[in-house]
Amino acid sequence: MSEKYIKPSRNIASRMLAGEMVVMLVKDSRVFSLNATASAIVNAADGSTPLREIVARRVVDEFEVDAEEAYQDALALVESLAQEGILLLADHPIEQESV
Amino acid sequence: MSSILENVNARAIALGIPLSVHLDVTWRCNERCVHCYLDHDDLGEMTYDEIEGLLIQMAEAGVFFLTISGGEPLLRKDLFAIIRRAREMTFNVKLKTNAILIREPEAALIRDLGVETVQVSIYSHRPEVHDEITKVKGSLNRSLDAIRFMVSQGLKVTIANVVMKQTRFDYSGVQKLAAELGTTFTIDPTITPHINGDRSLLRLNIDRNDLREIMNDKTVSNAEDQFIAVAPGAGEDAMDSIPCSAGHSACYVSPYGDVYPCVQFPLPSGNVRRQKFIDIWKYSPQLEEVRSIRSRDLPVCSSCSHVAGCSRCPGLAYMEGSMRGPSTADCEKSFALTGIPSANMLLKAAAAAKSIV
Repeated sequence: MSEKYIKPSRNIASRMLAGEMVVMLVKDSRVFSLNATASAIVNAADGSTPLREIVARRVVDEFEVDAEEAYQDALALVESLAQEGILLLADHPIEQESV
Repeated sequence: MSSILENVNARAIALGIPLSVHLDVTWRCNERCVHCYLDHDDLGEMTYDEIEGLLIQMAEAGVFFLTISGGEPLLRKDLFAIIRRAREMTFNVKLKTNAILIREPEAALIRDLGVETVQVSIYSHRPEVHDEITKVKGSLNRSLDAIRFMVSQGLKVTIANVVMKQTRFDYSGVQKLAAELGTTFTIDPTITPHINGDRSLLRLNIDRNDLREIMNDKTVSNAEDQFIAVAPGAGEDAMDSIPCSAGHSACYVSPYGDVYPCVQFPLPSGNVRRQKFIDIWKYSPQLEEVRSIRSRDLPVCSSCSHVAGCSRCPGLAYMEGSMRGPSTADCEKSFALTGIPSANMLLKAAAAAKSIV
């Protein structure tokens, strides 16, 4: 099973607001409000920590849920966020983007 | 505004979070617009390091929407470094500029930095009229060229049209121009007094008949949304309402670090060179006073038939004499839209009649 790596796209603006992340896509100004679990995952998305490790640390430990179930849910979430352009998702560590 | 944004703004107000900050990075300008409310001398602008420190504090305080403006912000040599740093801190950045210094390379950089929107003021589609307002020959064509560069780079551009006596007949032309260029269009028929309190600029305001015509012109997209909502009648909720986000979820910071509730509400509330941004936001007596005011506390407006839907600007009211008083410019808008005089207008008419007798 290959590891997954995630990193926020640089084409978003985001801020934590009372434990939940508000995200705006710069390109089309669509706004998203992520719940606490999704926010925890995106906040930990540094491009180098495998998703499974992020889920174990930020979701399983903090929210006391089943590890495999949490990982599958997280995978579906990050795939959806990647489709929206909020996250970069890859099978390998993601380099820092620069402008 | 999307329902998510409305919810976010409501949460920010409830939690006391400064969601939006308008930061002027300079008051210097390369135009001399006849209606401008700012002084253009450099009285000691914040340095890059000071602004970077402020950005860090603002991000920690929860600021999400950052409007970078001026003066003309591109006159700062470090503007792009400031924007880059702001984007690294994941602010949503909107840039307000006259755009005359923007060419292809700058447009590409603004896009690459992830600026969400660029707003450019265009006063008329006629060069002789626009240039007479800015006092810079060729400024309309330079601004329009810049808009074309930015649109071609995929940037979202808004053309902001301030309607004043000289441009009263031109807003349709500017709206058409915006459509041709692929930008959004906003219109504002309000001239703001000078930030030093001088009200002589108000002579540039269009008259009542012209205001009525523009406010009721259905070809002006979302005019009612921009100007005013028709008053549905004042209920209990309306009397508990707050006038706008100034001081509640938004504030303004000048190039010298002065904090006001809004750029149109120049109530000195602290200075980030002497105090932490969050301390000013939370504990400034001035901002606390602004936050304490509800519609029921307004001596004239609370009895006005427009109170529930009026766009009353507390900043314009402050510059008229009292932050709890009426804003005549907004009374005029309510009247233009509905034909019903505001309580303030009726009081003034009664006072004028009494003085004649």
